[in-house]
Amino acid sequence: MAVNIWFIMLSLGLLTFLTRLSFIALHNRWAPPELFQRALHYVPIAVLTAIIVPELVLHGGSLDLSPLNARLIAGAVAIFVAWRTKNTVLTILIGMAVFWLAQFLIL
Amino acid sequence: MGCPQGQPFSYIGRASKGIPSCHFPDRSDKHMMNATSSQRSQFISGVRDELPILIGGAPFGMVYGILALSAGLTPFDAQAMSAVVFAGSAQFITVELVHAATPALVIILTGFVVNLRHALYSASIAPFVRHLSPAWKGLLAYLLTDEAYAVTITHYRQEGDLTHKHWYFLGAGLALWTTWQLSTAVGIFLGAQVPASWGLEFTLALTFIALVVPLIQNRPTLLAALTAGLVSVLAAGLPYRLNLMAAALAGILVGLGSEKRWQ
Repeated sequence: MAVNIWFIMLSLGLLTFLTRLSFIALHNRWAPPELFQRALHYVPIAVLTAIIVPELVLHGGSLDLSPLNARLIAGAVAIFVAWRTKNTVLTILIGMAVFWLAQFLIL
Repeated sequence: MGCPQGQPFSYIGRASKGIPSCHFPDRSDKHMMNATSSQRSQFISGVRDELPILIGGAPFGMVYGILALSAGLTPFDAQAMSAVVFAGSAQFITVELVHAATPALVIILTGFVVNLRHALYSASIAPFVRHLSPAWKGLLAYLLTDEAYAVTITHYRQEGDLTHKHWYFLGAGLALWTTWQLSTAVGIFLGAQVPASWGLEFTLALTFIALVVPLIQNRPTLLAALTAGLVSVLAAGLPYRLNLMAAALAGILVGLGSEKRWQ
C-alpha cells in the first residue's frame, strides 16, 4: 500500500490543485460557455448536500428517519439555525450541542 | 498596468484592461507608505473572518488524522495527505476507500469528483485575481477550499479597493491551512484516545450545512439541493461512493432544468 498511497495522494493533489487553478489561470484567455457557467453555480450546492444528507439519515448503511436518530435531529436543528441566522459558529455549536444532548438522552 | 500596489512578483506590463472593480490607487507618497499596513490589515481581517469556520474545521481535521491511521496509513503519509491534497471531505473519502482496498484509479476519480466544486470557486474568484502574478494565482488556488472561498468571496463582493484584497484571501487561506495541518497532527498524535462516541466527524456535516444553507436562495437552488440529497441517499448502495457523482449530476440538471420554469 505504501507506493499506492503516494500515487493516489500525488494524483489527487495535482488534480485538485488544477481544478482550483482552472478558471483563475484561464480567465484572460478563455470564457467558458454560458451553460457551463450556469451549471457550475449548482455544483457546491449539489455536492455539499450530497455529502451532508447521508450523514444525517443513513445509519450503518440503512435509512434511519426515526426521531431517535441523533444526527438527523441535530442536522435539522443546524439547518434551521443556519437558515435563520446565517451564522457559522452558532450553526456548528448548536448542532454539536443538540447532537450530544440527543445521544445522551437516547442512550 | 493593473493594480500595481502590493505585488511581490513582477507582472508589470501585463494587460488588465477593463477590470471594472479594480480601482487604481492614487500614487501619492502617503498611499505608498500605507501599502504595507494595508496589506497587513487585509491579512489580519482575513484571518479574523476565518476564525468562526475553524471551530468546525479543527475537530474534523483531528478525526481525519485518527481515521487515516486506523485505515492503515503511516503518520507521515497521513500528515502528508493534508498538505498535498488539502481537501477535507476528499481526504476522508480517500482514506475510507483505501481502507476498503478500492482500486487506486477509482479512488482518484472519486476524490476528483468530490473536489470538482472547486472549479466553481475558481470561476467565481477569477475576475478578482486576474491582475495578480502567476505565482500569486498558484498560491491562492492551492488555498482555495470551501471554507476560504466562503469568506473571501463575501469580502471581494463588498465595495472597496481591490489592490490589497488578495492579502485577505491569503490570511483566510493560511488560517485554514495552518489549522488543518495542526489538527491533523493532533489527531495522529491522540489516535484512539479520542472516543468515537464523541462523533467529532459530525462537525463536517455541520460546517457544510453552515456553508450550503445560505446558498439556497430560490427554487432552482432548493430543488438542486433536494434532488442531490435524495439521489445521494437512494444511490448510497452503489460502490466507490458513486452516489456522490450521481447526486451531483442529478442536482445540477434539476437546478438548470427548473430555471426557466421559475425564474
